[in-house]
Amino acid sequence: MYRSHVLICGGTGCTSSGSQKVRAALIDEIRKQGLEDEVNVVETGCHGLCEQGPVMVVYPDSTFYAQVKPEDVPEIVTEHLLKGRPVTRLVYNEAVTDEGKVLSLNDTDFYKKQVRVALRNCGVIDPENIEEYIGTGGYQALGKVLTEMTPDQVIQEVLDSGLRGRGGGGFPTGLKWKLCAPNKADQKFVCCNADEGDPGAFMDRSVLEGDPHSVLEAMAIAGYAIGANQGYIYVRAEYPIAVKRLEIAIKQAHEYGLLGEDIFGTGFNFDIGLRLGAGAFVCGEETALMRSIEGKRGEPRPRPPFPAVKGLFDKPTILNNVETYANIPEIINRGAAWFASMGVGKSKGTKVFALGGTITNTGLVEIPMGTPLRTIIEDIGGGCPNGKKFKAVQTGGPSGGCIPASYIDIPVDYDHLAEIGCIIGSGGMIVMDEDNCMVDIAKFFLEFTVDESCGKCTACRIGTRRMLEILEKITSGNGTMEDLDKLEQLAYYVKNNSLCGLGQTAPNPVISTLKFFRDEYIAHIVDKKCPAHVCKSLLQYTIDPAKCKGCTACARQCPASAISGKVKEPHVIDQSKCIKCGACMATCKFGAISRQ
Amino acid sequence: MKSLAELQAIREKMKNTMSMRDEDASGIRVVVGMATCGIAAGARPVLNEFAKLVQEKGLSDRVKVSQTGCIGLCQYEPIVEVFEPGREKVTYIKMDAQKAAEVVERHLEAGHVVEKYTMAKSGLK
Repeated sequence: MYRSHVLICGGTGCTSSGSQKVRAALIDEIRKQGLEDEVNVVETGCHGLCEQGPVMVVYPDSTFYAQVKPEDVPEIVTEHLLKGRPVTRLVYNEAVTDEGKVLSLNDTDFYKKQVRVALRNCGVIDPENIEEYIGTGGYQALGKVLTEMTPDQVIQEVLDSGLRGRGGGGFPTGLKWKLCAPNKADQKFVCCNADEGDPGAFMDRSVLEGDPHSVLEAMAIAGYAIGANQGYIYVRAEYPIAVKRLEIAIKQAHEYGLLGEDIFGTGFNFDIGLRLGAGAFVCGEETALMRSIEGKRGEPRPRPPFPAVKGLFDKPTILNNVETYANIPEIINRGAAWFASMGVGKSKGTKVFALGGTITNTGLVEIPMGTPLRTIIEDIGGGCPNGKKFKAVQTGGPSGGCIPASYIDIPVDYDHLAEIGCIIGSGGMIVMDEDNCMVDIAKFFLEFTVDESCGKCTACRIGTRRMLEILEKITSGNGTMEDLDKLEQLAYYVKNNSLCGLGQTAPNPVISTLKFFRDEYIAHIVDKKCPAHVCKSLLQYTIDPAKCKGCTACARQCPASAISGKVKEPHVIDQSKCIKCGACMATCKFGAISRQ
Repeated sequence: MKSLAELQAIREKMKNTMSMRDEDASGIRVVVGMATCGIAAGARPVLNEFAKLVQEKGLSDRVKVSQTGCIGLCQYEPIVEVFEPGREKVTYIKMDAQKAAEVVERHLEAGHVVEKYTMAKSGLK
């Protein structure tokens, strides 16, 4: 029996910052100091604060260690695990007061305002041990549903909760189930969309890595509700840890009889298979995803018929996203009213956001719907680093739009964001400061959609390509005001005429930056200037002859040999040779080089 | 899994493990002095006995056992402090595993301070 648990994050973020080495060192050191019967080392999923990885939490006192290195381990074991003195220099700095007192994690700014529902078990349980999931109340909801509720009651409960699709669409989950349930067929399917492809979004990965059983349990519940006994999880092959943990979870659920035949002795059968996606963004679209599971080329098809009628293998199918499923067991256990008590208007419950970009606390945050953007950016995220001014946040990845700083008090929920032409999407939130060029951002996302367009319909295949060409023209300083009109026209054309969600939303980054940052486009076109100094073609590095001492440092640094001048005499930059790398400016000790 | 009772049994079994990771700090806190002096005087078996018994008796949802550094009264080690919300701190001195078992049973379970082992009893305050 252990007196202390050390939870070390084994999510992708912390794994890449070296948590496996720390874990090995920890197990080694604990054995060396003879504490192996007293201290239990548990590998968990993501704690959310990926910026501070590798992270480690020591219970029962819940001390949060950040950026732990293998060489720190002996000190932690001797001082904390043996003698009970937290090593304050390694504790997450937000969790230590000025007086040196160590706070509990829930008292830090990053966690204080969060409400963890979908992420409830991430960083708390060992995802490779089904008994830990059961120990936190896991599979209770499935038991309740199978023994006490009718399928209609289950659907009603989900409907009443107000849960909407967390993958981006925002379609009411209960309604999706309700539309599928009455359809008669010899076989129905429950699918899980784990093909998380938006740049910067990683909440689904974290749920799968940290709490895979919650998804399995929810899929079984969905199967019971719509009358299906086979499920498929379509997960990206680029998520090796998630895939491995899902495989282990499915195997363990079988061993415990929580998947398979006659679950809880009720005669209900349910099984789940894994299908790995090969990395095409379009396969996150529901019809393309189902074709891909069937083993065909992942291309969308027109709807109707909707998957609820004719989906996977032409059978009635429901498809929900990972995060959506992760909410289901809690809704069953705690009731629809509890879930609906969080959030605002038609956006109920909580949503996980992946904070990235120029923000102090990069990571995963889960907050009630309707939380003001300011809370997310300033309180939880800690604002932009280095005192830079917050400019905008891009939500919903390549399908979304940007929210400018002037809307920082907007409540973040489906409807308020829709009002200003934005979407929550899958929950990616890329924060931008004054050093980000909005035209460049629009170009970045369009490059992504041009790459990922499946090519089936013309509007998307050619339309997005032409839009990108116009953006390239503008950022290289060759754009005209007519181009801007053409870009806008084309954006709406692509939006209205594409077959699937990919094309219909691809122009959104352009449309919303044009709406809020048209002046930046105009600066590129008319003044031939990039106000944020990002677009290289519009930059010019010059040497102020009054400040230049002729030390030759810049000339030696220049990779293009574009700087010339005699020793102790002012140097000059040959603009035709300059590649605008900025190396000279970084080298100059006298501040003589400026960028315009 | 053929019945809900089986699921409940696993949940019960895991209860102690999971409640240790509870962030809720509202219950009783048992703190064992585990500085060099405490360890030398035999604090480790005391700590382990507390940790074991609290879990065995299913008290871990309201009692947390942890260590602390030197309390400053090295000659009275092993020292155990019990913090209970709304009650005065109780300090037990010169503890051993057997005394720990008695404290768990009479103090933590039944709510009666085991006066004979307290610092107050030995004339210190």
